Amino acid sequence: MSFASHDSATRQSQGEAITAEEIAASGATADEATARYALILGDDALMLSQRLGAWVSRAPELEEDVALANIALDLLGHARFLLTYAGTAWGKSEDDLAYFREEEEFRSCRLVEQENGDFGKTIARQLIFSFYQHELYSRLVHSTDATLAAIAEKALKEVDYHQDHAAQWVLRLGLGTEESSRRMQAGLDSVWSYVEELFTDVEPITELGDVAVLPSTLREPTLNRLHQVIEQADLSVPDMSGAHGADRSGRHSEQRGFILAEMQVLARRHPGATW
Amino acid sequence: MSPQNHQHAPLRLADEADAAAARDEAESGQHRFDEIIADDSRIEPRDWMPESYRKSLVRQVSQHAHSEIIGMQPEGNWISRAPSLKRKAILMAKVQDEAGHGLYLYSAAETLGTPREDMYDQLYSGKAKYSSIFNYPARTWADVGAIGWLVDGAAIVNQVPLCRASYGPYGRAMVRICKEESFHQRQGWEILYSLSHGTQEQREMAQAAVDRFYGPALQMFGPPDGDSPNSQQSMAWNIKRFTNDELRQRFVDMIVPQVEALGLTLPDPELKWNEERGHYDFAELDWDEFFAVIKGNGPLSRQRLEHYRSARDEGAWVREAAVAYANRVSQEQDRDQAALIGA
Repeated sequence: MSFASHDSATRQSQGEAITAEEIAASGATADEATARYALILGDDALMLSQRLGAWVSRAPELEEDVALANIALDLLGHARFLLTYAGTAWGKSEDDLAYFREEEEFRSCRLVEQENGDFGKTIARQLIFSFYQHELYSRLVHSTDATLAAIAEKALKEVDYHQDHAAQWVLRLGLGTEESSRRMQAGLDSVWSYVEELFTDVEPITELGDVAVLPSTLREPTLNRLHQVIEQADLSVPDMSGAHGADRSGRHSEQRGFILAEMQVLARRHPGATW
Repeated sequence: MSPQNHQHAPLRLADEADAAAARDEAESGQHRFDEIIADDSRIEPRDWMPESYRKSLVRQVSQHAHSEIIGMQPEGNWISRAPSLKRKAILMAKVQDEAGHGLYLYSAAETLGTPREDMYDQLYSGKAKYSSIFNYPARTWADVGAIGWLVDGAAIVNQVPLCRASYGPYGRAMVRICKEESFHQRQGWEILYSLSHGTQEQREMAQAAVDRFYGPALQMFGPPDGDSPNSQQSMAWNIKRFTNDELRQRFVDMIVPQVEALGLTLPDPELKWNEERGHYDFAELDWDEFFAVIKGNGPLSRQRLEHYRSARDEGAWVREAAVAYANRVSQEQDRDQAALIGA
């Protein structure tokens, strides 16, 4: 199976670029554990896309409306690939999984569920998550699961831009004005206690061997790179330990329910309808 | 002659010479401008142009840009609730396109010497106009379809002739915008098609949306020709190519077969084919409503403006930081360069 595309990540190339429909049509079927892993990755992307989508028409500058929408769109694309692939294990579609799972069935981490806050907080969340995703996908391209490897290859090109966007803003806000530095620091402080959850080895990842990337192995390289940017921006790495409940279960979060209430409301009012 | 006079005389002569040169330039400029318009050719940013032409274009292009920006709100409010991930992705890309259109258009207006910041200020203060359709609410998912089909459809009919507008940067921006708008219209039509071929509830939702957006969409072409003071001059300058009423008729003729294909109806009992005219006849629109909305009393006029203002206000510190950072970097570069030269 070949989804691999060597085209530019920003170019819409017909036939070569991977799509959710191609994954569904490829006949590749995820086993139960792989599907549950795909849900972890897909739910993170979906929740963050949902959050970033709310910036459209509210960004500090028109160019930023375009940029944040673009990142949200990339993440939504990743979520569609991953949920489609996960669904092959249970005969479910991406929409079955996105719209008809309950709050406690999602596996997203709390970082991506956090409210947007001001631009500083959104950029803090972007910095952390895009750096984490970059490390993750750089390794997942070697997955022994061909579909996950292909998804990672496509996503990696896009995440490369996301981390550049976030880092450029962290520098501007950190070194810009007194107010921007204060707000950027407050943004980092606000989300930092949820960083640890990204690196927690939850099941089924521990059973998947070379199919998956073990989150704990991403901690050091991701944190090193984060520290570098934060220090370059004259900001401090928050000195705090991870919030309790780093298990992606949803039992330690209040945000997930609100996100889903809004996202699922229309689809659930018309079960079985085609849109 | 006193030294004072001695100094003044040549200055006065120079002033007069300048004034005469300016008059000559204006005359030859006007001549050249008239020739370009008569040839149906293009005016470019560095060409001489009458002030009134410049002003009229800035008004039209910036209003168009503002419409794109405010237009992000009604549809943007459905991104979070889109009923499938595919529809969500399409809608997000569409609203993003609108931000992009705003950017092209503000840039085109900037080539006429008006900074983007000034145009933002006019929108912020409520002085600038934008298409009144965006002051109506997008209440249901079907409204997203109706906006795409009818509002973007009307925009295309309006904008295709603008691709030939005499001002080069505007015409070229319109070419790209029209290409994207035709995707937008298609996605709107597709949404309505899925709904009108779906469940009973979906079908009713689609019909209700068409009923609500039909009148306001027809009003997007502006007041009847008799009440449109700027149209004539704009047509003489080859900016506008057809009158409001001509474009409105063209639009009605276009959407009647489309609504039939959707299996829906348009909310106008007087709508019928006129063999003699070769066009559809349709009922007079509610122009009192139109002028009320134009004057800022649309259902959501205040909400749309407040949304824009709060985004602008809340983003001020970010823009200030970006400027401060750019200054800092350029100062550092200057210092590095000075050090290099010193070494």
